[in-house]
Amino acid sequence: MLINSMPDTKQNKLPDWRPSCSLEAIKARAEVYASIRAFFYSRVVLEVETPLLSKSTATDPFLDSIQVNLSISTGLPVQAYFLHTSPEFPMKRLLASGSGPIYQLCKTFRNAETGHRHNPEFTMLEWYRPGFDMNQLMVEVSELVSKVLNNAEVVVEKLSYREAFLNFLNIDPFLATDTELIKLAQDKAGYFSSGKDGCSIRDDYLNLLLGVCIEPFLGKNEQGDMEPVFLYGYPASQASLAKLKQDEFGQEIAERFELYINGLEIANGYFELTDAEEQVKRFNKDNENRKSLGLSIIPVDENLLAALDEGMPSCSGVALGVDRLLMIKLNTSSIEEVISFPIARA
Amino acid sequence: MANYSTSEFRSGLKVMLDGDPCAIIENEYVKPGKGQAFSRVRMRNLATGRVWDRTFKSGENLEAADVMDQDMEYLYTDGEFWHFMMTDGSFEQYAADEKAVGDCIKWLKEQEKYLVTLYNGAPLIVTPPNFVDLEVIETDPGVKGDTAQGGTKPAKFATGASVNVPLFVNIGELLKIDTRSGEYVSRAKS
Repeated sequence: MLINSMPDTKQNKLPDWRPSCSLEAIKARAEVYASIRAFFYSRVVLEVETPLLSKSTATDPFLDSIQVNLSISTGLPVQAYFLHTSPEFPMKRLLASGSGPIYQLCKTFRNAETGHRHNPEFTMLEWYRPGFDMNQLMVEVSELVSKVLNNAEVVVEKLSYREAFLNFLNIDPFLATDTELIKLAQDKAGYFSSGKDGCSIRDDYLNLLLGVCIEPFLGKNEQGDMEPVFLYGYPASQASLAKLKQDEFGQEIAERFELYINGLEIANGYFELTDAEEQVKRFNKDNENRKSLGLSIIPVDENLLAALDEGMPSCSGVALGVDRLLMIKLNTSSIEEVISFPIARA
Repeated sequence: MANYSTSEFRSGLKVMLDGDPCAIIENEYVKPGKGQAFSRVRMRNLATGRVWDRTFKSGENLEAADVMDQDMEYLYTDGEFWHFMMTDGSFEQYAADEKAVGDCIKWLKEQEKYLVTLYNGAPLIVTPPNFVDLEVIETDPGVKGDTAQGGTKPAKFATGASVNVPLFVNIGELLKIDTRSGEYVSRAKS
């Protein structure tokens, strides 16, 4: 019967196969890649490529690495590998082996991160500058961003973590008590916790306040015009892989910065930790935190530790979210408007 | 009742918070590159009507609210309660108090259908249809021929509502009113 051979349009709904972004965005991405490569070529920074798969991964409790089962050869037992959350570890091994300044433009993966400004698979630009301190690298980041956004002027506004909290919340993030931070999170950010699963760590409250009450206003002026800003001087507890130092108030801070544009977190940089012993301590601390949060323990990257032990040159490094920079360039509010096939269509 | 995790929060989902039923309007994922992820949730407190911006740690659970929207026909008021009847053939009746009826009181017309939001089986909110046809009971006499000039005058309806209407309208006429804006739309088609 003819009627049976007719496709039922309701039941066999065609998949949403088209890209979620415009052709203009696809072209803009290609142009941005070309201008990034030209930028580093002219500065004699070497483009490198490192594996996306690794036996180890970031230990950060709030980075969820995607695990894959891999057999190196037919018949050999399956081993657990991770898709990297950033190319940091192997790039540091290249630095320790004498590569000089390097950059990489690659895909990175972070499980369970989806939203207007997140996709579990995204594009990262990461680069390392031996001999640079944090301030020199911040200048270079702003030069790159100006080039990509076609802004003639290089803007390097800086705001310390302390100033940001004082300006927006009238509180010193280093001196405030936990009780004061909790109260502020409830009053200013409408924070609710059922109690059994509340913020257990001081840094969670600081992150919440930064993310909800400060970040939306960073990187733009009162008229809403773009005005990129570097946030720096993070609490030592949020150092990740940055070196520590004392600030002018005698407070121990991380030599870490982040770039914000139009309320978007664009880049995260460090004056890099080069001490293998301190690195082991931080990995172990992360794993202790993971354990207390009921998360899996991450095998420590022995290759990185061996490289640091051998000696990595003093350097600054930064990771920049390319999709988000494209969002700024094209003035879009959603990451789906700059990615051809976001995770829902992948 | 079931629990919903922040990742399941979708527009329209009804959950309990601070002892009140709330409807989720928007859920935004907030996560710094390094650090805990949060959900920034805009929700309407159905008991107070207030819109809330609240923040939850990702993975936080909220209890589902026993909230249901039902089509019901308005029957009558006894002065204390306003009585509605299910239109599904069950003829089941519900009594809404003054708080539940709220602003809808001026659009209540017998035999008209309303959306009654039930919370734990009792009316919480009564929502009028977007348009109702109401009879004018009080207004200045109509000005003949004046249909294009613009200009309005106040008119009172049998339900107690007061709306500005065109000058040509007369007492006894049935008019179509937009309940969302409280504005005159047209003469009702009878």
